Formats: sequence, structure tokens, C-alpha cells
Amino acid sequence: MSEIAAEDAAAYRKAVIGIATDPSKKVGRLGGGPARKVLDYAVLLIVAALFFAPIAYMVIGSFKPSAEVLDGLSGFVPKDLSLDNYRGVFARFDSPSTGYFANFYLTSTIVSVVIVVGGLIINSLAGYALARLQWKGRNLALSIVVLIVILPFEAIAVPLFYMLNDYRNTYFVQFIPFVANAFSIYLFYTFFIGIPRQIQEAARIDGAGPWKTFFLIIAPMSKPVFASVTILTFLAAWSSFLFPVMVVDQPQYRPLPLAISVFKAEPPTDWGQIFAFGVLLVLPVVIVFLLFQRWFVQSVASSGLKG
Amino acid sequence: MAATLETAAAGSVSEPPPEKPLKETRSALLMISPAMLLLAAFVVIPFVMAFWLSLHNVRLDSPRPSTWMGLEQYRRILFDPDLSAVFYRSLINNFLFALFVVPVQTGLALALALLLNRPLRGMAVFRTFFFMPVVFPMALVAVVWTLIYSRDELGMLNGFINTVSFGHLGPYDWLGDPKLALLSVAIMSIWAGVGFQMVIILAGLQGIPTSLYEAASIDKAGKWQQFLNVTVPGLRNTLIFVVMITTIFSLRLFDQVYIMTQGGPDNATSTVMYQAVTTAFISNNVGKGAAMTVVFVCIVIVITLIQRRVLRQESEIS
Repeated sequence: MSEIAAEDAAAYRKAVIGIATDPSKKVGRLGGGPARKVLDYAVLLIVAALFFAPIAYMVIGSFKPSAEVLDGLSGFVPKDLSLDNYRGVFARFDSPSTGYFANFYLTSTIVSVVIVVGGLIINSLAGYALARLQWKGRNLALSIVVLIVILPFEAIAVPLFYMLNDYRNTYFVQFIPFVANAFSIYLFYTFFIGIPRQIQEAARIDGAGPWKTFFLIIAPMSKPVFASVTILTFLAAWSSFLFPVMVVDQPQYRPLPLAISVFKAEPPTDWGQIFAFGVLLVLPVVIVFLLFQRWFVQSVASSGLKG
Repeated sequence: MAATLETAAAGSVSEPPPEKPLKETRSALLMISPAMLLLAAFVVIPFVMAFWLSLHNVRLDSPRPSTWMGLEQYRRILFDPDLSAVFYRSLINNFLFALFVVPVQTGLALALALLLNRPLRGMAVFRTFFFMPVVFPMALVAVVWTLIYSRDELGMLNGFINTVSFGHLGPYDWLGDPKLALLSVAIMSIWAGVGFQMVIILAGLQGIPTSLYEAASIDKAGKWQQFLNVTVPGLRNTLIFVVMITTIFSLRLFDQVYIMTQGGPDNATSTVMYQAVTTAFISNNVGKGAAMTVVFVCIVIVITLIQRRVLRQESEIS
């Protein structure tokens, strides 16, 4: 009995809380003596340092005079620190011809919020209709969604650019292709199909229709999948680059990733300022990541495991 | 991915019969139509359009109407002795990139996952470090690494290599040397992406039942034998999945080369997507860019089919 309970608990932990929990139990027998432990930590520390080096380089460089950023390993030495680069970024992007820094931020924010919020609503509804409602054409619709999941965005970027040419340099063109998302629909579908049918039946007996059932019962108990989809779509939206390259050429509508690539390519190159720009670009994502780390890791892992 | 998607689709056929079909149908159609209409407009139509565009000479903002070209665009990118060279070079670059990135990134991800899967304190902190680059936009990563790869002795990587080799090695022109450029882009991409594979493999590792390891140690299997006979088979589907998504990711390569090298030097880092986008967008030859897209789609489909095959064989064996 207790074994089954333990297995259930483990499965539950894995499904709901994420993979972060309790690796110790699983691999206890693989652990070695103290010498092995020291070796493990040494390897982990070295690898972690190598991994973190580029990020540390960017953060330290963003506070240093530009001339001292590009200086071999001494680029890491935190000296002569100041906020000059940050002031410089705001000063440099302060006219219609260069674009305003606040506008880059605004573009990325508007586009990401519309993609995430709009996507949560329409993709969860679609996932629910596919998973839990009876209607003709459902299997066909599901097959279409499944086929679209395979198709990378790159496959349609060029025709989409041609099709939406009249909407160049707008917010609209930057979010509209990404709101409906077959992969999000699929994630919602697989989550909803796992909710016991009895819950829906009970709601129906109480007189609730499909809409009421969805909004009052199903959605509130599906927080994990809403969190996963939020994180995955937000990461993709905030990083979006390929499509903005093709459809945005006015500074006013540049999202942050496009803006930093233009900044890097336009002389005079000021690496301290470029790094300051980079820190500001990634800061919201990193803060959200550190706060909701467990969810991030879990959503990425689940996005893979579904396959 | 496709294999499980398929079972999911098949599983839904055997649902209990409808109770209130009419009312539910109306609600269902209302619920699904926003997503379906948008997918139709912004995925299905562009996808079909790619084929149509590839058969025409299409230019944006051109006074002349687009003209029918038949398969001429394909002949040019695939068979024309002068024009096809760049496209083939790009295709080869994509595969070279995959040939390096897929094994190295998967192996590194596996090694990191095995390290993190040990019963030591502080593993969550290390996982955070390895995963952190995944949340960084690729455009930013490419900008930062451009500076890391600076060619003279002032470059960060050159400074590092110079120090650890006591002044014997370097400096290298990481992005400017045709022999090194693609490798440099690949190494950066591995740094940026390995955390993603790592957490997928970590989840796979934690899905292997403890009892299998117990049985193996009762049979006096050593660590290495346990790894080969328990871990690897247990991870097999996860690894196949990781290999496939990394391969497709390698084909999609664009942001890094657009920002770091513009396909150079000498097309050494040009990729299929880089060619498709610059042909359509910078050379304003939408038809030719679309033809490259179609070739790209065909390759993705072939790889997906191979993946299905391998996964199916896998389930037959087990």
C-alpha cells in the first residue's frame, strides 16, 4: 500500500510541482564517498563559472567605461564602476531618428502582453473544445492542430512577410501571427484531457453549460498549464527577432532585440552602452525567472516531455 | 513529438457518445473558432502561399505584376551552376552545424543532467546557472558573444585562452576566419541552448524507476554497467526527442548569423534561413526566398518522418 502511495506521490510531484524536487531519493545509490563529493562540487563549480562568465561579463561591462570593456580578461575586473553607460543609453536613444529607448520597451511590452494574454484566452478555449466537448469535426480539428505544431515559424516567415507588407511598422503585425499557437493549444488539450470527466459531469448536473464549466471549474484547477503556456509564450515573444527584422524598419516600432542588433551594427560602437542596453533588455525576464524558477524549468521540461 | 501526438489524436476517437450534441457543438465551435481562424489566416494560408510564391517572380512594391515562372526558381537554387553554389553552401553549413551541435550539446546536456541528478546539496542553484542562458533572447546572446569573440588579444576569449596557455595560443579571429566562424557560432549556440536539453533529460532521468537501479546493483552491476543498461535505455526516447529537436533547431539557424557574421566570411556561416530571408527581404526577390522556404519545409518534414520511424521501431522493440 505504502509503496503505491509513494509512487503516486512521486508522480504527483513530478506532474504538479515539477522536476526540481527530491532527486536525492532517486539516485541515493549513485552517491559516492566524501572524495567523490568534493570532485563533484569542483566540477560543478568550474562548469557553473564557465556558464556564468558571459553573463557576468555583460553585467560588469555595463558599469565600466567602454574602453575598459574590451580588454581581454581584465574586462571582468570591476573597477571604475558607474551608471554612465545607462545614462548614455537613454541619451543616445532620444530622438525620432534613433528611436526612443522607452519606445523599444513599449513595443516589446505591448507585443508580448497581447501574445500572452490573447493566447491564453483563445488557445485554452480551443484546447478545451478539443479535449472535453463533443462535436462533429473535432478529430479533424485536432489533426490540423497536431500537424501545425510540427511546422516551424521559419517555414512561413517569408510568405507572411509578403502577406502583411501593408501593415509594416505597426504593433499589430508583430503580434497577430503569434496569438493563436498550435503548440499552446496542444499543451492545454493534453492537460484538460487529464482532468477526470466526473468533474465536468458534476458541473453539468448542477446545470452549468460548457462556458460556465470552463471558466468556473476547469480553468481555476488548471493553473499549472496556464503558467507553463504563459512562460513559454512570453519567452518567445520577448525574444522575437526574425519577423521584426523583416517587418519593422522604423525606430519607433522596434522591439528590444531588434533595437540592440541595430545598436550593435551602427557606429560608433560603444560596448559599455550596448551591455547596459542588454542588461535592461533582459532584466524583466531574469527577475521573473528567478521568482518563478521552478515553473520555468518545469514548463520547458514538460514542453519536451510531451513529445 | 509526432508519435505521441498521433496517439493522442487516436485516443480521442473512443469517447462516450454525446449527450447534448447540438448545444455543445455550438459552444465548441464558438470556443475554437478564434484560434482556428487565426491559425488558418496566419499559418495555413502563408504555408500554401509559399508554394504559390515560389512559382512566380514576385517583388514587393514593384509596378510590374508578378509573373509565372514555373519551377525556374527551384532550378536556379538547386541546379544552376552559378546560382546554386551559395544555397548549397548554406545547406551544408546547416548540416555541419547540426553535425557538431547535436552530439556535443546532447552529450553535454546529458553530462550536466547526470551531475545535477546526484544527491548533493545546492543542486537547484547549479541548475539555475546552467538554465539561465535559455531565458536570454538569442539576439542579446549574439551581441554579447560578438564582443567575447573579438579578434585581437583584447577579445575576452582570446585573453582567456592566452592566459590558460601561458601565452602560447592565440589570438584567433573567431568570427572572421572562415575555418573558425561556423564553429564559433556553434559553440555560442550550445552555451545558449544546453540548459534546455538538460532539463528535459533531467526529467527523463527522474522518470526511470528506482527499482531498476536496485535490481541492477543486486546483480552486482557496476556504475558504468548501470549507466549503459539502465540509464541509457530508460532515456532512449528522451534522447531521440532531444536529438530531433536539436537537428530541427540547427536548420532554423538565423538570429546568430544575422547579427554576428551576416553569413560571412565568404558564406562560411550562411544558412538556409539566412539566404531565404535576405533573398526575400534585402534582394527583394520574394519568389526565390519562398522557394528556399519550401526546400526548408521539405527537409523538416523528412526529419520529422525519420523521427516517427525511429520512435515507432523503438516502441515495437519494447
